[in-house]
Amino acid sequence: MSDHPIGLTIRGGVKVYPGTRALKGVDFDLRMGAVNVLVGENGAGKSTLMKVIAGVESLTEGRIEMAGQEMHFRSKGDAVKAGIGIVFQELNLFPNMTVAENIFIGHEPVRGGVDIDQSAQATATSALMARLEQDIAPDTPLDHLRVGQQQIVEIAKALSQDARILILDEPTSALSAAEVEVLFRVIAELKSQGVGIVYISHRLDELIRVGDYITVLRDGEITGSRPMEGVDIPWIVRAMIGEKTKEFPRTAPAAFGDEVFRAEDVTLPRAGGGYAVDHVSLSVRQGEIVGLYGLMGAGRTEFLECIMAQHPASGGRMFVGGQPLTEPDVAGRIARGIALIPEDRKRDGLVQIMSIRENLTLSSLGLFTRFMHLNLKAEAAKAMEFVRRLTIKIASPENPVSSLSGGNQQKVVIGKALMTSPKILLMDEPSRGIDIGAKAEVFRTMRDLAAQGLGILFVTSDLDEVMALSDRILVMANGRISGAFPAGTDAATVIAAATPHSRKDHAA
Amino acid sequence: MTTATANPSQNWLLLVLRLRTFVALILVLAYFSVMAPNFLTAANAVIVSKHVALNAFLAIGMTFVIITGGIDLSVGSIVGLCAMVAGWLVLNGVDTGLGWTIWFNTWEIVGLTLLVGIGVGFINGLLITRLNVAPFIATLGTLYIARGAALLSSDGRTFPNLGGSEEFGTASFPFIGSGSVLGLPVMIWLLVGVALGAHYVSRRTPLGRHIYAVGGNERGAALSGVKVNRVKLFVYMFSGFCAALVGIIIASQLQAAHPATGETFELNAIAAAVLGGTSMSGGRGRIFGTIIGAFVIGILSDGLIMMGVSSFWQTVIKGVVIVLAVVIDQAQSRLQARVALAQEAAASR
Repeated sequence: MSDHPIGLTIRGGVKVYPGTRALKGVDFDLRMGAVNVLVGENGAGKSTLMKVIAGVESLTEGRIEMAGQEMHFRSKGDAVKAGIGIVFQELNLFPNMTVAENIFIGHEPVRGGVDIDQSAQATATSALMARLEQDIAPDTPLDHLRVGQQQIVEIAKALSQDARILILDEPTSALSAAEVEVLFRVIAELKSQGVGIVYISHRLDELIRVGDYITVLRDGEITGSRPMEGVDIPWIVRAMIGEKTKEFPRTAPAAFGDEVFRAEDVTLPRAGGGYAVDHVSLSVRQGEIVGLYGLMGAGRTEFLECIMAQHPASGGRMFVGGQPLTEPDVAGRIARGIALIPEDRKRDGLVQIMSIRENLTLSSLGLFTRFMHLNLKAEAAKAMEFVRRLTIKIASPENPVSSLSGGNQQKVVIGKALMTSPKILLMDEPSRGIDIGAKAEVFRTMRDLAAQGLGILFVTSDLDEVMALSDRILVMANGRISGAFPAGTDAATVIAAATPHSRKDHAA
Repeated sequence: MTTATANPSQNWLLLVLRLRTFVALILVLAYFSVMAPNFLTAANAVIVSKHVALNAFLAIGMTFVIITGGIDLSVGSIVGLCAMVAGWLVLNGVDTGLGWTIWFNTWEIVGLTLLVGIGVGFINGLLITRLNVAPFIATLGTLYIARGAALLSSDGRTFPNLGGSEEFGTASFPFIGSGSVLGLPVMIWLLVGVALGAHYVSRRTPLGRHIYAVGGNERGAALSGVKVNRVKLFVYMFSGFCAALVGIIIASQLQAAHPATGETFELNAIAAAVLGGTSMSGGRGRIFGTIIGAFVIGILSDGLIMMGVSSFWQTVIKGVVIVLAVVIDQAQSRLQARVALAQEAAASR
């Protein structure tokens, strides 16, 4: 496969963020007319590497070369000029505008500097759509398109700026099986036109199918780089997680109590047909930590939201301590002993402009209330009790919660949940966005809580985390429970269960 | 736990900024006391207070609404509608259509009129929570509807002679707007009552806390078990209640009800709330701040009148003061956030 010229090289790439080295001396060759697959665990450095290539971030050390010339990308604009386009996982499109307007946003063809040349824009859009073999009219409003088509519009946007290198970040995570096929055809077409593609994904079978070269990252270092011939899933997994599996033996022997929570056949219909949560059944016992592992879009967050009464359209039965859970709203479910620690602290977990105290007690104001009267003294005392119990490091409980670090904010969210005296704690990505030290503390807190008899169901995309913390591992893929394993199961087995092999079996 | 010491000059600045509305009030008072000799007399204070009170009632209701992140444009029209409802009930009673008419005494009329105001607020709340209409649009709609209803009620004419009659127990109707108790006008007592009640609700009840939480982060509040829709329904109903009260007071004071009563009152109410430190993006504001804001606006216009400044200039000055207040408010928020960040960074080390 030497007929693929190298279009871009990185030598000795180092990227330092405050507190972490995201890339530790990376050498990377990007081949043109081929699909260069990039794979690794969350936090391995894939996104950083990709952002460096796209000019969003710049290297701390090392150099980027194109055609033997050293490149300095100061902004995304510089990279675009050099022919590099990127399609982020979260699409950057305007649903209120047409396809053509979206493609040419920011670089509209103009007459006399002001008047947008609508017809030139439409002609160019039609040409791009023909090149991508899509039957989409330029004046279609974007929000009339399916997600898969929107992705193609995003690709067209990159191509409209003469991209010779195209970076696709988890392009299939939101697509149906049929849309994935369309995308793969588009990729094959672009390849034949000599475009160099960087393809990032967690779906291992997909990578093997679409890729020509594979590069595996682990902890900011490249642990494997070769042509795709002869690569199989076990090889990728070994390169991703290493030979040694990190074992964190439990401190206390597992002694579980009665079942605290059970879900039976929980379903959540997806907008375009099919199920986001597809007949999920599971149970959690007192003192047990159950890890729910899976890739983005597997339906884990949606499942937790069903438990917390966020989806009126959801179906199925749930039980707390054997009694059916029928309360229709969040307050009712909290009263029954369910507490959720959401994935997005900022959006769902905290009221940023309120004080630390007010956030801690927001779900439990009833504890300090008598006939509408709020006992502020009792409230402050309770808040301080939880600050101490969770060792939240603060100067004053009256400061806004937004002034705290990520780890301390997370503890405030945990404190708020615990103040409601829950029987079962639902935690969605409990370690997201907090540093390593705070992570360890959050994990220790989870262990302590379980030891006190709480049932914990936590969702994570981090393999190490699920292996280290869980008494039992459940794996979700495509809305279903695709595997259930005891603690200490081989990491490769867990990853294999999370990879949606059989997409076509239940295609939308 | 360590307490980081921010530098003292920063603390001073923060204190002055936090009390800025109060400082503004003192400055305005001092200025007019010097410039207009009759300004600082007891008689004038009562007159000014009565002017301020009407706006203050509306501004209190508006403050709750704005704290939840909403807006209530309909209050001026509710004032007009409720003035007409009260006037109608005093003059005509309710014709049952069976050849006899039900007459209500003063307190029944007050109760029924308040219910009308709360009802309009309830409709606002339903439109916003159940039908997902943006607060601006929902209350803009009820602004027109309520004003139209007020005009229809009298065919655009004024209800005159609302002095009431002994026979139907309405002779006390003028007392609400013109009477005095212990030397202070009734409406001032009412304002003190409503203000204290609203302050208590905002600081010392779960409902008040929930109002702030909804405005600060609606989704986060909902996931914490706050019944967001109920909170919103309450604030619009309370705003309607405040507006109805103003409508009754005006009808009683003038002993007449005109359907155009209360036009543009909503803007003055918003101005007072904003001047008092209420954030239009929700989550922040205090009842006492709003009251002081209403006084600053009221004293400014009355003082300028006494000094003989043209009403056109008054309008300009009012606008400048409001914009200035918001600019200072931004500066304070930034400084406060910086101090808190520094303290917490020191504590987590």
